[in-house]
Amino acid sequence: MKRKLLVLIAAAGAVLAALAFLRHGGARRERVDLYFADGSMVSLGEGPDAERLLGLGRATLDAAR
Amino acid sequence: MEAAQALADLTEISTQIKAAVLFRADGTVDGATVADATRFVEAARALLSAADGIRAEPLVQLEAAIADGSVFVVRDGERVVAAVTGPEPTVGLVFYDLKSCLRTSAGSEEPEPPKRAPKRKPKEEAEDESSEA
Repeated sequence: MKRKLLVLIAAAGAVLAALAFLRHGGARRERVDLYFADGSMVSLGEGPDAERLLGLGRATLDAAR
Repeated sequence: MEAAQALADLTEISTQIKAAVLFRADGTVDGATVADATRFVEAARALLSAADGIRAEPLVQLEAAIADGSVFVVRDGERVVAAVTGPEPTVGLVFYDLKSCLRTSAGSEEPEPPKRAPKRKPKEEAEDESSEA
């Protein structure tokens, strides 16, 4: 009985972990990575700059099709 | 190497790259793998221009990762290559291939080394030939 309970808890934990992964990390986050001449890099995922660049990125992707 | 050949090699080597275009900072298209290169170049230039404004430091390359795919732009002075891939590409590999493409296509613009004058035959040999004739 105790063993069955442990298996059930483990299964529930796995399902919750999978859901959390799909919600936050599984689906690839949209972002723009910028690489500068001095070797630095900026990753923009949120905010007005990111939205503007992602919009232009989508337009470029469409234009290439 | 010509731009068209460099792009053909690029798409052959990198199966992740769906389309690519080589162009100048002023928008002049050097070569493209798509029919409507002008639209592709204008969109890539707009993206590059907007990204340039993020920082004062010169931008050399970028990746815009979108759900449908990724856009890559690599710049080397006045020369630019832009490419699109499917979702979740191997970023480092794509950048490497694009830089190689820029480098090889730039090679075609370098002036050819002056041709060397043909070697003169040794005097005796030349004389033998003239006497035989």
